[in-house]
Amino acid sequence: MVGQLVEGPVTARLPRRARRNYTPYLLLLPGLAWLVVFFVVPMLSLFSQSLQTGNVETGYVMTWNVQTYVDALSRFWPHFVRSLLFAGTATVLALLLAYPLAYFMAQRSGRWKNILLVLVIAPFFTSFLIRTLAWQTILADTGPVVAFARTIHLTDLLQLLHLTSNDSLMNSPFAVIAGLTYNFLPFMILPLYASLERLDHSLIEAAGDLYANPAQTFWKVTWPLSLPGVVGGTLLTFIPAAGDFINARLLGNTKTVMIGQVIDSEFLRVQDYAVAAALSFVLMLIITAMVAVYVRRAGTEELV
Amino acid sequence: MTEKTSGDLRLTGVTKTFETFTAVDQLDLVIPRGSFFALLGPSGCGKTTTLRMVAGLDQPTIGQIWIGNKDITETKAYQRNVNTVFQSYALFPHLSIVDNVAFGLRRRKVPDHRRKAMEALELVQLAHIAAKKPGQLSGGMQQRVALARAIVNRPDVLLLDEPLGALDLKLRRQMQIELKQIQSEVGLTFVHVTHDQEEAMTMADTIAVMNAGKLEQVADPATLYERPTSTFVANFLGQSNLLKASVKSRAGGMADLDVHGLTLRLPVDRLKADTTELWLGVRPEKLRLVGPVGAGDVNGAGRTADNRLTGVVIDASFTGLATNYLVRLPWGQEIMVVQQNDGTRPAARGAQVTLGWAPEHGFALNASQDAHAGAQDQADDSGAG
Repeated sequence: MVGQLVEGPVTARLPRRARRNYTPYLLLLPGLAWLVVFFVVPMLSLFSQSLQTGNVETGYVMTWNVQTYVDALSRFWPHFVRSLLFAGTATVLALLLAYPLAYFMAQRSGRWKNILLVLVIAPFFTSFLIRTLAWQTILADTGPVVAFARTIHLTDLLQLLHLTSNDSLMNSPFAVIAGLTYNFLPFMILPLYASLERLDHSLIEAAGDLYANPAQTFWKVTWPLSLPGVVGGTLLTFIPAAGDFINARLLGNTKTVMIGQVIDSEFLRVQDYAVAAALSFVLMLIITAMVAVYVRRAGTEELV
Repeated sequence: MTEKTSGDLRLTGVTKTFETFTAVDQLDLVIPRGSFFALLGPSGCGKTTTLRMVAGLDQPTIGQIWIGNKDITETKAYQRNVNTVFQSYALFPHLSIVDNVAFGLRRRKVPDHRRKAMEALELVQLAHIAAKKPGQLSGGMQQRVALARAIVNRPDVLLLDEPLGALDLKLRRQMQIELKQIQSEVGLTFVHVTHDQEEAMTMADTIAVMNAGKLEQVADPATLYERPTSTFVANFLGQSNLLKASVKSRAGGMADLDVHGLTLRLPVDRLKADTTELWLGVRPEKLRLVGPVGAGDVNGAGRTADNRLTGVVIDASFTGLATNYLVRLPWGQEIMVVQQNDGTRPAARGAQVTLGWAPEHGFALNASQDAHAGAQDQADDSGAG
């Protein structure tokens, strides 16, 4: 009698509990399937492509040809260095521009906060390509920006720094870096804003109360607490900037070619699929390694 | 290092206005060095604004703030030898407990900051969790860390902004006692902002009651309770029964008052020389049930000089320590009576009773003031706290 009473509900509950345990995995399935089809499979195909020999007409055969990597790197290592340098500079510039802006928006803007947020996102309403093309007009030799830069001798300074080669701004490393900085600025602002918005203002008051002057308050409290935003923003800026090929093509010259451009032309114009695949793979490995080191050193897991 | 000669905290004519709202209005206040001082008042009375001005987090619109003979009005928060225990504690989440406590010492480049921080943590009995992060601590522990972080700097003035507000009742009682002990141990000036009148009375040597940006009364807890000088104080600190009275005669140290046709007595020294109309106040626990009407003084407490009132019990609630009665007087006013559970025969609802109290337990308040001022504030705040 007692046994029956206990047994009844237990057997009735079992299948329901089992079903509930599978629900999260079922929900994960579409995403996992998507990643397998559009990330894992292409990655493997890319990796295998990089080790094959042949050409587009006759087709490719797998030969485990590691020599492709050696050739690709010896030919294109300057482009890798340049890409990382340009992307790094653009990231630092974007951080310097975005931090004060994000701080103001998060802590001081009051009722203007939402309007400022919309303004940050507004550029996304037009295409990336159009916005970059617009910079050709902005930096054009006949435009007011160049005229002003010449007046304040910014053009001379940039030449001195080898960021331009004459007294114009277009088709130069400067233009490429400016374009990269502009295009990825929102990706820097938004994570910074998110972490600064969470920053409890009473912590800033507490630092002042405990004898920290404004500079000390910033470096001892505000900056460490905004590090998750800094790490997020720099990654979201650096990674796409390092692989970008639009800015260098539209704003640069033959001496500013970035690795993204090389991969683009190796795939689509030269049609040397093996080299293009090898370059893509190396770029991915470099970025992954740099990000891993950077995130570990920034120690984001230590932060709340 | 802190100058041991630095003296009292003084506010002279301090006013703070936010656009059209005056938060603090012409405040003059002296807080003696080494005292435990409470700023008590309902929310929005200006007490927190006052504290923030002393901390340097807000600037007074007019007026000066002095510590000893030094005018600190124009100095920034980080330049003042004043520390605050924030209501939200405001512990730095990215620093360990000991680094939180040492924060102020390190900014001042005090040698041996780690050892001093550990000593402060020992004072609040938290040395064993020095390496933890604030997020791993309970509210009560965070509160004590915040206290240690402020005390370790040996400030001229330590400000506490509703420091116990976030703790549960039992922990709050315990922390009240601890705070008071720590204060007498370290001998710093504590300025404690609170809306909890019981907390203020338990802890402070001196209480300043604030209302609508102004001081109502500054006195020690017993004086505030026994001799409130305004209806606001009478109602905000505990409960008061206020009876409309006018002075009939003054003779031999006692004044005869006319209260709705009855004659009640009050020591003359409670009255100003020119007072004719007044609120006669008496605390609920000072009233005694001296028996049913016409039955004589069955409880034997009565002295013939006692004031007498008669009324009908309309509510009685037994609380263990005491029984709280609501008694309707012949003119319709309802007054509160708290009868200690000392063997006095209880009165049932509907019973006719006689109430008595010694004239010296009465106090006089300005008749032009609102008899209900402060009563609602207290009810709101104790409900929220």
